[in-house]
Amino acid sequence: MPVLYHKPPPPSDDKRWKIVETRMRRLGDRPPALIEALHAAQEAFGYLDTDALNYVGDTLGVPHSRVYGVATFYSFFTLKPSGEHTCVVCTGTACYINGAKDILAGLDRALHVKPKETTADGKISVLTARCLGACSLAPAVIVDGDVKGKVNVGDLVAQLEAM
Amino acid sequence: MSEMPAAARAVRRRATTEEVHEGPARATAYVCEAASCMSAQAHDITLRLGESAARAGLSDVMVKRVGCLGLCAAGPLVEIAETGRLFDHVRPDDVEGIVGALRKVKPTDTRASQGPFFEKQVRVATENMGRVDPESLDDYVAHGGYEALRTVLSEMTSAEVRDQITQSGLRGRGGAGFPTGLKWTTVAKAQGSQKYVICNADEGDPGAFMDRSVLESDPYRVLEGMTIAAFAVHATEGYVYCRAEYPLAVARLRNAIRMAQRAGWLGTGIADTSFSFDVQVRLGAGAFVCGEETALIASVEGRRGTPRPRPPYPAMQGLWDCPTLINNVETFANVPTILRKGAEWYAGIGLGKSKGTKVFALAGRIVNTGLVEVPMGMTLREVVYDIGGGIIDGRPFKAVQTGGPSGGCIPAEHLDMPLSYESLIEVGSFMGSGGLIVMDDTSCMVDVAKYFQDFCRDESCGKCVPCRVGTTQLWMILDQITRGRATLDDLAQLERLARMIQRMSLCGLGQGAPNPIFSTLRYFRDEYLAHIVDRVCPAGVCTIEPAEVMA
Repeated sequence: MPVLYHKPPPPSDDKRWKIVETRMRRLGDRPPALIEALHAAQEAFGYLDTDALNYVGDTLGVPHSRVYGVATFYSFFTLKPSGEHTCVVCTGTACYINGAKDILAGLDRALHVKPKETTADGKISVLTARCLGACSLAPAVIVDGDVKGKVNVGDLVAQLEAM
Repeated sequence: MSEMPAAARAVRRRATTEEVHEGPARATAYVCEAASCMSAQAHDITLRLGESAARAGLSDVMVKRVGCLGLCAAGPLVEIAETGRLFDHVRPDDVEGIVGALRKVKPTDTRASQGPFFEKQVRVATENMGRVDPESLDDYVAHGGYEALRTVLSEMTSAEVRDQITQSGLRGRGGAGFPTGLKWTTVAKAQGSQKYVICNADEGDPGAFMDRSVLESDPYRVLEGMTIAAFAVHATEGYVYCRAEYPLAVARLRNAIRMAQRAGWLGTGIADTSFSFDVQVRLGAGAFVCGEETALIASVEGRRGTPRPRPPYPAMQGLWDCPTLINNVETFANVPTILRKGAEWYAGIGLGKSKGTKVFALAGRIVNTGLVEVPMGMTLREVVYDIGGGIIDGRPFKAVQTGGPSGGCIPAEHLDMPLSYESLIEVGSFMGSGGLIVMDDTSCMVDVAKYFQDFCRDESCGKCVPCRVGTTQLWMILDQITRGRATLDDLAQLERLARMIQRMSLCGLGQGAPNPIFSTLRYFRDEYLAHIVDRVCPAGVCTIEPAEVMA
């Protein structure tokens, strides 16, 4: 592990870098903190751009290639900015047999957006999740952090269109 | 919330620490604030109940936030503790009615029967669920919490603790069922001055939410279990590896760690002894393979979560090459109760080599979706029909899927089999972490097999070839079958390939990936043949493409 005498400065003077820096420092500015640091950066900025990846890597002493490898390995991390609103559709088993497929098809029909895509106007991103653990509410979606259970496609589309 | 009147705040305060020890209130309303009910605005109900009770001048009632009450399908749930009366689908207008019921509670009231969903369960790991405030350490202690740890630290040696766990017959609740006592003994005897305890809360099986509920409802129990384990194996540091998809569980766990540290139940010199142990949370980031213990260790170390060959097992060389004990959330949750009530008591529950109880998450086309804990050996029929209330709309039962993507589908002919590690393997399935997904005649079994193959192909970490390439090939053949484009040769190829992947993959993900195919072929081969030979989907799920016309 290369010994770092000087911690690199944050990429910009955006205050949110403080949060990332603090989280890394609490964990000793060492390579094992990589995933926690990426979580902190994504929480603060919504996604991970090259600046964020390099800053985290340089601070923790992890090569950029490995940071990129970790960021792309885990599906929770996203390297692209998402739309203004996000709609996460659960595709766990319980949701699947209760009609998650129909929800995705309905979103595609009405908003012309497939999973991992954002609508042309940049308003709504559609994502899928492996399982939200909200199986008793199947089919479930999360709209901007709000879990909605027993979803009806028509209502969901209407809600998203009104946003 | 800051607008809440002072009286309502006072009632709400009864829900937390101080008053719990000073004798119970005359009447208590438990409001379920686990993820499922929370998403149905349960917290709003808690606040309104407090306000409404205060407005009605009831000063001797308590409105208490509790963890999962179990019957998630009917949330938000409110239970009156004294009478056992359960209010389901509670909406803001129902609050006055509940306050009315609270007013009528008499000291002589006894809990009425709540029906088979609750009566047939045996609660061990979930004994506090729906009883204690998950954010209050004092409430946990008031319900017998940390009694076991105190006894362990003051009266037992680490060998005696390991003996108790061994005698209880407890086995790993993450799925594979490895004897917990044996694992603890291996770690305890491993060479090394630094040892770790890891709690695996990376509950990735789709359709399983036991660990989430335990962490959301009773986080201190998991911490106590981990601390006892650390004492038994001489570890000083611990990690809980939890999915980032469970924000409420993570928040409650972090709160619990902070509270336990402040009260001296974690940290240096626990309970005024020389024993020290501390716990940190590590977040997963959406990789299913990280449930595999060597991949999990890689992820805790901040690397890509890819498994490595075993041996060496983590018990000898785990986190940072130190001996590491990895157990599942539910396993740790059983530990305090076993030590409090004794190994013989625990070993008295269950069937054969499967001792104790198991928490199952009921989901799919079943009436009472939710969380249940039943003794091992209960039949599948009792779980699905008596506890689960049967199939939605009274449709015919077709199969129950257990064990997640490495498990299998159990058909109606095996409904009367007892649930245990051994019997599930006998019928070609797998205990897994405990998700039971019930399917009726609207599910196509080939499509279900394809769904799980899609899952495995997507989640394969890419390290070993049989899994990376093989799962994709299996998926492609299944896709051809569901589109009516496959031949009987393809089916033979599917089986050949599946056997190869099972034998040659590096970790449990690849080894288990073909299981859904094997079990659906074993019990529902006619459905495969219908797609291939007759070119119809009996359940009407798959879109069969028109036959190609030979020119």
